[in-house]
Amino acid sequence: MSGTSSLHWLIGRLDLSSLPILPALANPTPSEIVAAVAALMVILGGLGVAVLITWRGWWTSLWRDWLTSTDHKRIGIMYIVLALVMMVRGVLEGVVMRAQQAAGLDGGFLSDGHFAELFSTHGTIMIFFVAMPFIAGLINYVMPLQIGARDVSFPMLNQVSLALTAIGAALVMISLVLGKFSTGGWPAYPPYTGIAFNPGEGPDYWIWSVAIAGLGSTLSGLNFVVTIFKERAPGMKLFDMPLFTWTVLCTAIIMVFAMPPLTVATLTLALDRYLDFHFYTNDLGGNMMNYVNLFWLFGHPEVYLLILPAFGIFSEVISTFSGKCLYGYKSLVYATMVISVLSFTVWLHHFFTMGQSAHVNAAFGVASMFIAVPTGVKVYDWMATMFRGRIRLTVPMIYATGFLTLFVIGGLTGVMLANPTISYQVHNTLFLVAHFHNVIIPGVLFGLLAGYHYWFPKAFGFRLNERWGAISALFWITGFAFTFFPLYVLGLMGMPRRSASYVDPSFEPLTWVAMFGAALIFCALATLLIQLRVSIRDRAQTQVPLGDPWDGRTLEWSIPSPPPEYNFAIVPRVVGRDAFAEAKERGQGYPKPAGYEDIEMPRNTMLGMVVLIGGTALGLALVWYIWWLAVLSLVVMIGAFIAKSFVPEPHRIIPATEVAAAHEAWLAAIAKASPVTRAQETSAENRGLAALEMPEGAA
Amino acid sequence: MKYGWLWLLALFVTAAAVFSPGASFAWPESSSFFTPQGPIAQAEKDHFLQTAAITMIAVLPVLLLVPLILWRYRYGNRKASYRPKWEFSGPLDLLMWGVPIAIVAILSVELWQETVSLDPYRPLPSEKAPLEIQVVGLDWKWLFIYPEQGIASVGEMGFPADRPVKLSLTSDTVMQSFMIGALAGQIYVMPGMQTQLQLMADAPGLFEGENTQFNGAGFPMQRFRAVAQTDEGFANWVAEVKAQGVPLDPQTYGKLAVSSTPAEVHRTLASPQMPADAVWFSPVAPDLFERVLRRYHQGSALEPGGQPGSFLHDPDTLSQSLPETTQ
Amino acid sequence: MSKHDTIHPGLNLGEHHGAAHDKAEIGAFGFWIFLMSDLIIFGLMFALYVTMQNPMGQAGGPGPKELFDLTSALIQTMLLLVSSLSFGLASLALRHHRSRAELTFWLALTLLLGLAFLSFEARDFAAMFAADAGPSRSGFLSAFFGLVPLHGLHVASGCLWLLIMLIQIRTLGLSDLVKSRLLKLGLFWHFLDIVWIGIFSIVYLGGLA
Repeated sequence: MSGTSSLHWLIGRLDLSSLPILPALANPTPSEIVAAVAALMVILGGLGVAVLITWRGWWTSLWRDWLTSTDHKRIGIMYIVLALVMMVRGVLEGVVMRAQQAAGLDGGFLSDGHFAELFSTHGTIMIFFVAMPFIAGLINYVMPLQIGARDVSFPMLNQVSLALTAIGAALVMISLVLGKFSTGGWPAYPPYTGIAFNPGEGPDYWIWSVAIAGLGSTLSGLNFVVTIFKERAPGMKLFDMPLFTWTVLCTAIIMVFAMPPLTVATLTLALDRYLDFHFYTNDLGGNMMNYVNLFWLFGHPEVYLLILPAFGIFSEVISTFSGKCLYGYKSLVYATMVISVLSFTVWLHHFFTMGQSAHVNAAFGVASMFIAVPTGVKVYDWMATMFRGRIRLTVPMIYATGFLTLFVIGGLTGVMLANPTISYQVHNTLFLVAHFHNVIIPGVLFGLLAGYHYWFPKAFGFRLNERWGAISALFWITGFAFTFFPLYVLGLMGMPRRSASYVDPSFEPLTWVAMFGAALIFCALATLLIQLRVSIRDRAQTQVPLGDPWDGRTLEWSIPSPPPEYNFAIVPRVVGRDAFAEAKERGQGYPKPAGYEDIEMPRNTMLGMVVLIGGTALGLALVWYIWWLAVLSLVVMIGAFIAKSFVPEPHRIIPATEVAAAHEAWLAAIAKASPVTRAQETSAENRGLAALEMPEGAA
Repeated sequence: MKYGWLWLLALFVTAAAVFSPGASFAWPESSSFFTPQGPIAQAEKDHFLQTAAITMIAVLPVLLLVPLILWRYRYGNRKASYRPKWEFSGPLDLLMWGVPIAIVAILSVELWQETVSLDPYRPLPSEKAPLEIQVVGLDWKWLFIYPEQGIASVGEMGFPADRPVKLSLTSDTVMQSFMIGALAGQIYVMPGMQTQLQLMADAPGLFEGENTQFNGAGFPMQRFRAVAQTDEGFANWVAEVKAQGVPLDPQTYGKLAVSSTPAEVHRTLASPQMPADAVWFSPVAPDLFERVLRRYHQGSALEPGGQPGSFLHDPDTLSQSLPETTQ
Repeated sequence: MSKHDTIHPGLNLGEHHGAAHDKAEIGAFGFWIFLMSDLIIFGLMFALYVTMQNPMGQAGGPGPKELFDLTSALIQTMLLLVSSLSFGLASLALRHHRSRAELTFWLALTLLLGLAFLSFEARDFAAMFAADAGPSRSGFLSAFFGLVPLHGLHVASGCLWLLIMLIQIRTLGLSDLVKSRLLKLGLFWHFLDIVWIGIFSIVYLGGLA
């Protein structure tokens, strides 16, 4: 600490020892070297991207078309890019942790503190900066298209939400280069994360990255709820909405109500750490159990917040690639609602072992178990959707079937963990780690990847490479199984989670199996990136400008790929469910509009960038006690919002002639194109116009 | 379709990954409830297997039918029927909702009964009076105080087999979680608060005890031997601890509470007669457990040095900050 | 529809007002959701307060009976209630096309009452700090200073917002935008009133009962 340094007013508690590269030079242990390499990767990665952008002359376009854009589609893509970048780090951390435990019998190669940092950042990153932005990205891209809207209700707020999420991610990345991240795990229980036990910057990094990103999620949720309620195309009733949109509605409501507990938990912990409050301290009447309750009051709904949109994606994917309407649409909707409500009533099952009365435990246990009912119904509904269909095993469908088979095993262990008596034994062990990875990887991640493959051609106008996609999916499935099934067994054997090392030699063989699985997951990530590269290279053969490569059922497939900025040249009038599929059947998939109107779209704004820069500065200032910078950045941000409010509604008009020209050209291309059957789905002939295929004898 | 065979291969590999580790594995006898050594762990294992079996009723159809449906209704199979508009069937829906509800209802009844009967606070049925042990969680070791015997131990918890043991637990640092898997489940320990755990061993034996809640660098080392003995053996053990133990006064407690592993404590405090990784104490300052609990309720801030586990911890401040004995 | 038909977005607009109505309604709906989310935060701070308002949470330090000045709390309640009334009168002035001066008067009065509330509150806090009863004294006081000043912070931002609106009424005129902002500010202000009733009942009356 440089508490007495003369520069303290200027740089707070930052000093040279905050740079991890220096300790690595002074004391080159494996642990320090890993830390230094990670820091270098961040620095070089950042520099590399900057150089590339400069070399290609992309700065103007980056600024004008992306960073200042309020287009929900571009914001969605930026979210997903952020998620993929963070996923690379998260997966690498997971691999390093598996390696450490495989070598952990004799202590391994990482220091205990470094291992603790790894599991803390891994959890924080994967939840807040991979799963959340990936979901927010897909929702942003797809939901307005599915409901026939031109944008979300509050485009500028949408941009600010992205900025807030990016600030959190930036702080976590910066913690690799400046100082250390928390060692308190992703829930950061006090008193361990209190100032008495952890006076360093680590827990502060956690607090501010999560608090700021959480605020972004709250605002995103608000935006999505309003969009779904207020921006649906005329004629679209709630029960006409695609299932993905339904799950988004439920998720968004959960965001609005479940993020505030996280805000309260993080900010009260910050008050304890910064201003000597005593919410959770050991002495003076603090009560750490309040934190545990608050955190899981957020944390449990969060799990459903993550998985419901994935359920929505699977519903779309399974229905589309089975060539059928969804079985039990209403069942699925009600099941989604039941899950959303129940998700707020089960938080206590994360701490059955805290010593409360047996009856309290039992009540929460029963509630937790009942969530299995609607979840199980959904699985059966998807199977019934595949039943008597015409299933094409494309990449999204591989993910979907991998999900169905693996997820039920996670459901099985979930039912077990809902029993307090069983939880007494397997809580805090690797069994629990295996369980939540078993629901989050096959459930959430596979869903997101299925969605990524499914909607990629919509966003970019060309399909992703099937072969590499299938290879990657199979690596994910097998890698998951090899990594996490052994952890179930290790947990039953009594190995606690978060152990950097262990003394029982009987744990060792299975940690090696898990290490092998982690290597497969690494291959899965690598092939996923290779697929992206290959797909971009070969994009000439996979163009789908006509917009409907999968014989889609919902409105997003009824427009060109990539869609124009205003999405719909004419806002569609919707009758019934699966609107586009029904229209195609009637031969009215591509109607010629009677006329066109001027379209009003929001202008670009710099507000998001002001928030991004100001908020990152604020976060760093708070972490490092640089008070002048904290005040300055806060004043700048508030000032920017106030100044913005003095500028009357920033809109621009896209003239009807321009809209008409683009739309007519697209309709003409469709009229000329020959539709393809599903047998040609993955071939170069598929340019995005689907042939009608009805059952033999029915057409 | 092209990659269908790959998918099946993956399914096969996955199945192998599920079943191989469990089957080929030699379970350690001493640390898991899968090799239970007492009635509580036995009941927990039974409940675990029972729940798994009943839930399989809902899970197995998925595992079997998904590959079948995938194969039967593949795009290329023109012989299979195709009903693109089929979206609802009353009886099927009844089955889909009914079976899971029935399963969960049955499991809920089980859950309620088991949770109440295995409540860690509930005294175990036995003619013998339980042995009382007070447990203090420190960084990174457990201190066992035997109030009736006037002794204490670190790294080793001796107790008689076939007699209930009633543990009262607290922490003098951050939150931890106490578990002897082969005997009973875990319970959190928190500073200034007391939790309880009841357990019993069927027969003499050695069991692994641990902390499962991460609490810093020495966390993986926070382990101890739980030694179930015959009544006679336990009496001998107590006598030996009394004979060999070093006094546990506030000064010694201050040194003990420094963040250190059991092995380090052994090096600093133990005499050569004590077993490896363990330290025995006798006599023990009266009311030590209550005083540790009361430290956090004195109505004034704990001096920074008086907080074990904190960066400013200082053994002398701690020993002075232990409240006066009530006697 | 001409702009002048827009009397008070959200209060008395109908379908026939077209886009202005829709936009105001979307904004107001969004703002309601924001308030609900904010209400969860207050609800949790209340929950923390209630769990810590006991001898263990007070940790030997002063409790409600030693600390709270009911007279001052009552004055604050009255100030806030009257400020809600004056905001209501501002809304009516807006709705019924009364003069801009009248609207400005009621808004300015609301602002003054809000500031008066804040000064009384600040005085109370200062007295508590002087009596060595700041948030560092106990968990109970931490919860108190987590809850009541949080409301105060909301009132302060409401005052800032009022000030900005007073300026915007002059610079931007009574445009649809300004009107719909006034509507949202009104929601916010009345919401704070309701939260204060909770604080007055649970913290002050409950603590002194």
